Amino acid sequence: MRKLSLTLLLLISTTIYCQAQATQMADEMRSNGKIYVVVAVLATIFAGILIYLVMLDRKITRLEKQRK
Amino acid sequence: MRNWWWKIVCIVLLGYTVVGGLLMPVPRLDILNETIRNLYFHVPMWFTMLVLYGCAFVYSIKYLRSNDLKDDLYAVQLTNTGIFFSILGMATGMEWAQFTWGAAWSNDPKQLGTAMSMLIYFAYLILRSGIKDEEKRAKISAVYNVFAFAMMIPLIFILPRMVDSLHPGNGGNPAFKQYDLDSNMRMVFYPAVAGWIGLGLWIASLKIRTALLNHEEEQMEFDFEK
Repeated sequence: MRKLSLTLLLLISTTIYCQAQATQMADEMRSNGKIYVVVAVLATIFAGILIYLVMLDRKITRLEKQRK
Repeated sequence: MRNWWWKIVCIVLLGYTVVGGLLMPVPRLDILNETIRNLYFHVPMWFTMLVLYGCAFVYSIKYLRSNDLKDDLYAVQLTNTGIFFSILGMATGMEWAQFTWGAAWSNDPKQLGTAMSMLIYFAYLILRSGIKDEEKRAKISAVYNVFAFAMMIPLIFILPRMVDSLHPGNGGNPAFKQYDLDSNMRMVFYPAVAGWIGLGLWIASLKIRTALLNHEEEQMEFDFEK
């Protein structure tokens, strides 16, 4: 009985330990100073601007084709 | 999209600049700290401006030789985009200076020279808007643009280097030497410069094509009225 409870305790504590470990390591977006979040935000804005440019480019190309 | 390949190169390079520019290792310097990363964004603004003004200068000379209004249109739109990048460069430079030199404006020789060349280019646009006749406007502004470019080079790139300045590369202060641009930074800096110049040319090309469409439309109305 004592052995069993000890094993159980060990098991539970290991799982808790592992869980704590897992939450800490969640992912890079949440780690060290959260610089990756800033990178993501900048990349989003940049992608938006580039998509806008590409759409504008295609619109002008279409107008040029209509003219001919 | 016309001639799409260089636009894709530009997108890839700038994507790399944004991500690599923030995450790649940089030298640890006092005062500058992490702001050294601004080098990938602030300095290419000026290089892009220089390339755009250079192209505008070429087209102004071409106009004076050919008298083709299309060359004038190219010169104006390239200058417009160049002015846009110079404003971005000035704004980012002032933000950077506020937190490293202690003040946004410290009458640094390079700041003053740049401000003067910006005023010269603003005057170019004002000069154009003041002349009604198309041919006269094109000719006078082409001559002015040649002088503006010839003034911009010494104001930004020669005079500030002959006196003491806070900018690197001035007053016997070496630019792009190991101390402010190590091999890690070069790996981001050169692609960044190429990418930003590409973006500037892309925006300019869109403005030129829109203006050409307008120009053709006016031409057609003019022929119709005849």
